Amino acid sequence: MPDILTANRLHDGDVVYRTAMGDWVADVDTAELIDDAEQLAEAEAAAQADVKASKVVDVAKIPVVVADGRVVPKRLRERIRAFGPTVKSDHRPGAV
Amino acid sequence: MYRYDEFDATFVRQRVSQFADQVDRRLKGEITEDEFKPLRLMNGVYLQLHAYMLRIAVPYGTLSSRQMRRLAHIARTYDKGYGHFTTRQNIQFNWPALKDVPTILSELAEVEMHAIQTSGNCIRNVTADHFAGAAFDEADDPRPYAEILRQWSSLHPEFSFLPRKFKIAVTGAAHDRAAIRLHDIGLEVKRDANGGIGFAVYVGGGQGRTPMLAREINPFVPEADLLAYVDAILRVYNLFGRRDNKFKARIKILVHETGIDEIRQMVEEEFQQIRGGVLGLPTEEVERIRAYFAPPAFEDRPAVSARLGAARAANPALDRFARQNLHRHKAPGYTSLTISLKPIGGIPGDASADQMDAVADIAETWAFSEIRVSHEQNLILPHVALDDVPEVYAALAAAGLATANAGAITDIIACPGLDYCALANARSIPIASELSERFGAPERQDEIGPLSIKISGCINACGHHHVGHIGILGVDRKGEEFYQISLGGNPDESASIGEIIGPGFSAEGVVDAVETVVDAYLKLRTSPEETFLAAYRRLGEAPFKEALYGA
Repeated sequence: MPDILTANRLHDGDVVYRTAMGDWVADVDTAELIDDAEQLAEAEAAAQADVKASKVVDVAKIPVVVADGRVVPKRLRERIRAFGPTVKSDHRPGAV
Repeated sequence: MYRYDEFDATFVRQRVSQFADQVDRRLKGEITEDEFKPLRLMNGVYLQLHAYMLRIAVPYGTLSSRQMRRLAHIARTYDKGYGHFTTRQNIQFNWPALKDVPTILSELAEVEMHAIQTSGNCIRNVTADHFAGAAFDEADDPRPYAEILRQWSSLHPEFSFLPRKFKIAVTGAAHDRAAIRLHDIGLEVKRDANGGIGFAVYVGGGQGRTPMLAREINPFVPEADLLAYVDAILRVYNLFGRRDNKFKARIKILVHETGIDEIRQMVEEEFQQIRGGVLGLPTEEVERIRAYFAPPAFEDRPAVSARLGAARAANPALDRFARQNLHRHKAPGYTSLTISLKPIGGIPGDASADQMDAVADIAETWAFSEIRVSHEQNLILPHVALDDVPEVYAALAAAGLATANAGAITDIIACPGLDYCALANARSIPIASELSERFGAPERQDEIGPLSIKISGCINACGHHHVGHIGILGVDRKGEEFYQISLGGNPDESASIGEIIGPGFSAEGVVDAVETVVDAYLKLRTSPEETFLAAYRRLGEAPFKEALYGA
């Protein structure tokens, strides 16, 4: 099962994922899939540099499954982070 | 309402400007997250699952129309158009950007609000009966004392780094609507034989992973000694509360491990040292604060409103609302009206910006511009003339706020749960929505009568599950959401902690399980007058266990 790196963007707190290019983006599908220890060490070092540079906070490695070309985090908590609250949107007052 | 004096206003403005500078330095990378995190938490800014969360204090749950309009403005301008009222009588915004928080705090300061001490190991927002100053059954309005405690505890240098957070609740009535036995300190305003005011003091209550009911430490502390006595409790806790284990750091553990009699003696010794000193409460000062809470100018009205009676007879929906959502007022011809934030199938405690504006307008037109937030996550108009209830009801209905379910089974407390909260293990809101839909038919709610369901998404118990008549606790079992049901909890003067009834249920099964419990109650009760809690206390868990799990 591959891993991806996630964090929250410092200035607005938004959930972001690290791409192979080293960017932090909101779309979980564009996250870099990490399969081996060496790749993970490199990505984590780069992510920690971004923490030091005050771009992101709370970096974490999370396992994902890839199904039909979509990246889906394994844990429910991370699926909710990726896809938003599961409360019915028609019940959310004033939701956008 | 209490108004900031010059000292308060200057202090809050200074604090906003300090925090603006801290945020600026953080965004520029001049300070690290480790350095910044305690600073942001001291200003109510958490980082949750999806975004930052800003928790704003609503002291003892009292808001003016002007303040509510400002909250609506913040929801609309800096958030996603809604806010969430909590079991601590506070409001939380779920989506503010860090860069906007200093501006939000500055706009709050203009209406005498802030987010100070909504996090950290300090004395948190002092909560009170949401019908304070209005209820027919109170000895006195508890809010002047809550305000005095707020002023004393705000940035108290000795109590800013306690072993753990500290919560105080005050009720003015013997019938406890403020859950004082579930707080670190609970206070009940009382009168002695001469009419003098004092307080029954309870200590060591709390929920979380080790739920405990507070014990009475003193049956009557005179008004003049209130601060000295509470200060003495805090000193004993600050000295002897555990700092080696976060899970054993609350005062409830100290009281439990030391014993109430020994704690009482330690507090008494401390109290004798400080009694009559600078912490004495002069009568003039109490009167000065009390003046801010003077009741509005009620008109002489008949106790029964013929106008409302005729309107109820002509409109069954209004009749139902009036039956469910009105609470008896101390002034004849007036009522306290609950605005339910529990629409059927909806999200407990959420209100949109438009709804907040509507409540502000309605309060201004018909309710002396006064609004309360209840720990049950509803809003209250404490003073409404019975004659005006038809108009208020119509205006609420137009804003989608006329759900007639105060105290009914669909008046569910739920924490934000795993949909928002970084600490949660399971979702709360979707379970609440599903239960609300399951029991939402008016006839079904009427048949069941008063019954509280309270849901927490983790053991920290923000959703008060320990004191729900039916409590639901979400846990993580091998990566799956799982829900434990407890029965018989109750937060009032006959407080009790619910008992876990048996093995838990999956997210798919928990709503059916609750319905099984409710149906068992309907079969077992002696009459419709016997409430769920009364029936459970009479019968014990056995028949409910049998209904759920078989003989």
